[in-house]
Amino acid sequence: MNFTNFGKYILLLKAVFRRPEKTKIYVKAIFTQMDFIGVGSLGLISIISTFIGAVMTLQIAFQLVSDFIPKTIIGSVNRDSSILELSPTITAIVLAGKIGSAISSEIGTMRVSEQIDALEIMGINSPGYLILPKIIAGITMVPMLVTISMFLSIGGGYLGGTLSGAVTPADYILGVTTDFNPYTIVVSLTKAFVFGFIITSVPAYEGFYVKGGALEVAQASTRAVVVSCISILACDYIITQLLL
Amino acid sequence: MIEVKDINKSFGENHVLQGISGVFQSGITNLIIGGSGSGKTTLLKCMIGLHQPEVGTVDYDDREFTSMNFEERIEIRKEIGMLFQGSALFDSMTVEENIMFPLNMFTEQTAAEKLDRANFCLERVNLEGKNKLYPAELSGGMKKRVGIARAIAMNPKYLFVDEPNSGLDPKTSIVIDELIKELTEEYNTTTIVVTHDMNSVMGIGDYILFLHEGKKFWEGSNKEIAHTDIAELNDFVFASRFMKAAKGKF
Repeated sequence: MNFTNFGKYILLLKAVFRRPEKTKIYVKAIFTQMDFIGVGSLGLISIISTFIGAVMTLQIAFQLVSDFIPKTIIGSVNRDSSILELSPTITAIVLAGKIGSAISSEIGTMRVSEQIDALEIMGINSPGYLILPKIIAGITMVPMLVTISMFLSIGGGYLGGTLSGAVTPADYILGVTTDFNPYTIVVSLTKAFVFGFIITSVPAYEGFYVKGGALEVAQASTRAVVVSCISILACDYIITQLLL
Repeated sequence: MIEVKDINKSFGENHVLQGISGVFQSGITNLIIGGSGSGKTTLLKCMIGLHQPEVGTVDYDDREFTSMNFEERIEIRKEIGMLFQGSALFDSMTVEENIMFPLNMFTEQTAAEKLDRANFCLERVNLEGKNKLYPAELSGGMKKRVGIARAIAMNPKYLFVDEPNSGLDPKTSIVIDELIKELTEEYNTTTIVVTHDMNSVMGIGDYILFLHEGKKFWEGSNKEIAHTDIAELNDFVFASRFMKAAKGKF
């Protein structure tokens, strides 16, 4: 985003957070979006997290070949990697592709087919009506998905490690439960909250200002995913630098 | 009544509207006509606040709309109904939900009252029983009629219609035109129709404002339009061979 786009993004967010016309309608829309973002992504996130946990365990075991390093370290490295980085970031990037493109194309199509103009003419704050429920659903459901992802990634590590014989169940569980620092959860959920905001607001911005037709909607959708992914990685670095 | 005074609007170096003024009375069908690129839709968008004119004002019954802030405009917009060129129905909602949408957002009516109103509006546009269909299941003419039903759901004082006949066959176009005229007279709304359809001009044009290259060239009624000596207007009105042949009979 250049500065003009960033300015427009901030102005759009200002309009998004205006007082809703009717809270009841917004609450209903929030639950619909929570279902779409949260429940609708649960299967994909579960599969990805489990496999990443399993692969991570095998790779850690492959690299820790020294007799001086106890096998329990595999569990603890996998736990911390999953909690701090893999679960929030991979989940966010996958959701940026799945949810981000859907949000951008939905709002973009509404723009080019004059549905957003129709909302404006009715006296409805269209940014609030269309985007606020998505942002609220994003900042609540992404942390939940990340939490589930953490458990599944650690569980996947157990399965991958024990099935392949890279680590014994007892060593892995001992590693996972030793020297756990609860602060890592705070860092992870902070990331998830910020990523949830990015995943919903950036694609909404790209869709909201589409001009043209089907081609431009598709281009906005691609741009939404690219900008969201870059923003996620940049914010990931900033949050890690600030909190650790 | 809606009054526009000295409206100017540009997009970069392109001066789309230059000093447009006009008064649109209630209870009659007001038409804004002109060729493609003449600025009719831009004028309409300036009137409803989708574009902000650089110069000029738009007054809704002596309430100056152009200088209002967002919250003040909302109050005026609750009195506006609009039919868009592509109907702009919400794809994810049924016909009934589309019509009930403004009622859900701005009224405290019960579900039964809102349904009654939706049924009444559907009946008014001859689409009884189509409540549960989605926009994708409707023909072009039916979409326009649902758009009109949604536009009148809140009993608007001002009705804007953008190219109501685009993409419709002549017979359906006449049905839509007649419906707009009936509703205007029945509810005494201030109706403004943007069109370049000559059947509409001759059929329902009580007051006509003709735009050419962003300027107002002529205003009058459908009874007067055939008798002007303005070359640009004659070129527009009598563009087809049929109209040229029929010219002497008006």
